[in-house]
Amino acid sequence: MTAGLWTHWVLPGIWITVQLTLYSAALATAVAFAVGTARTHSSRFVRFLAGLYTEIFRGTSALVLMFWLFFVMPSLFGWALVPMWAAVLALGLSYGAYGAEVVRGALNSVAPAQREAGIALNFSPWQRMRLILLPQAVPEMIPPFSNLLIELLKGTALVSLLGVADVSFAAYLVRLATQDSARIYSVTLVIYFVLAFVLARGMRALERRTKVGIGITATPGGAR
Amino acid sequence: MNNWDWSAVADFMPRFWDGLLLTLQVLVLGSLLSFTLGLVWAIGFRAPTRFVRWPVNVITEFIRNTPLLVQLFFFFFVLPEWGVQFSGLTTGTIAIGLHYSTYTAQVYRAGIDAVPPGQWEAATALSLPAGRTWMAVILPQAIRRIVPALGNYVISMLKDTPLLAGISVLEMLQQSRLESAATFQYTEPLTVVGIAFILIAYPASLLMRALERRLVR
Repeated sequence: MTAGLWTHWVLPGIWITVQLTLYSAALATAVAFAVGTARTHSSRFVRFLAGLYTEIFRGTSALVLMFWLFFVMPSLFGWALVPMWAAVLALGLSYGAYGAEVVRGALNSVAPAQREAGIALNFSPWQRMRLILLPQAVPEMIPPFSNLLIELLKGTALVSLLGVADVSFAAYLVRLATQDSARIYSVTLVIYFVLAFVLARGMRALERRTKVGIGITATPGGAR
Repeated sequence: MNNWDWSAVADFMPRFWDGLLLTLQVLVLGSLLSFTLGLVWAIGFRAPTRFVRWPVNVITEFIRNTPLLVQLFFFFFVLPEWGVQFSGLTTGTIAIGLHYSTYTAQVYRAGIDAVPPGQWEAATALSLPAGRTWMAVILPQAIRRIVPALGNYVISMLKDTPLLAGISVLEMLQQSRLESAATFQYTEPLTVVGIAFILIAYPASLLMRALERRLVR
């Protein structure tokens, strides 16, 4: 493989993959917290809507959703999306639905007495969420979020089928240029593995920090 | 919603059923492969020597942390270079089964770890050979509680079958792309496929939740 292929395709491809992961993770986190807290809302109707969202977006395939946003949205609603944003939207919405289940589970795992104490102290629902429930629930969420983040990173490879020039797409082009599939695809797999490793390490550090925030020292190897 | 055309849906249906059939075929064979291979990995995790444990851990972690799509391309393009010719369908089924076997391996591991140590000790005390210990004592207790978790991975696998369109396997997504290429109608086929996934996955996940209540105490 020549240096030109590296600097023109593979390295920018890695950067695109990293960007896609970060943007979709940001969207997915926002969706996860919004929908996850809505699933613990006191109104039945809000809970139903949030449940409907999770079932729809967890039920469909991320790739089909991505194609749908890219090919069908323009003709059906008249909005055209750049492939990159169709991809971010599809990944963010579907992994947000998985994340919402994590948020709901973690919120439900906070001892009920904590919520009752908040009510007794006359905290508003928003203050209870922000000051009592979330600080205790967030450290619980981080190990499953870490797994989801790895899944999301792997999911970004799908964008290459929409023609976004991420590292998988670069691998495809390099294969066409060099006629040597084994080398470039092995390298690509290793690149993804290294990215996943870095993300997992980062999440473990984050877990330690959020646990210190509520006075728990993390057990080594607790995050998986 | 001004461009919806029901006749395009009707036109797509024959291709859709073909695609669904192929998707289910991949799903069944891929699941069987992942269940078997996952068990092999899980037993490898517990091998008495670290010369087995260590490579099994490295291989499964590597496969689990890299994208299925890239693995599909790897097998699709690299195997022929090594002189192994498989159809896209076979390659896809093997790749998806291999990928998910690393997930089912973790499920088996958790199930096996949850069998009380007394069961192992009892098997040793009765001087059961290793094969009998696994087949008659450990696995029957382990598998019962991991059925729902395995089922959830089958559902995930279903949602990953459209990736096989990338290596031109004629499953549902690829059928919808062919239909769109032939008729220039992008809206209906893709929407039908998207809804089909929800219609299959949602009842399946309800079933898994019911099983979980029944089998996991």
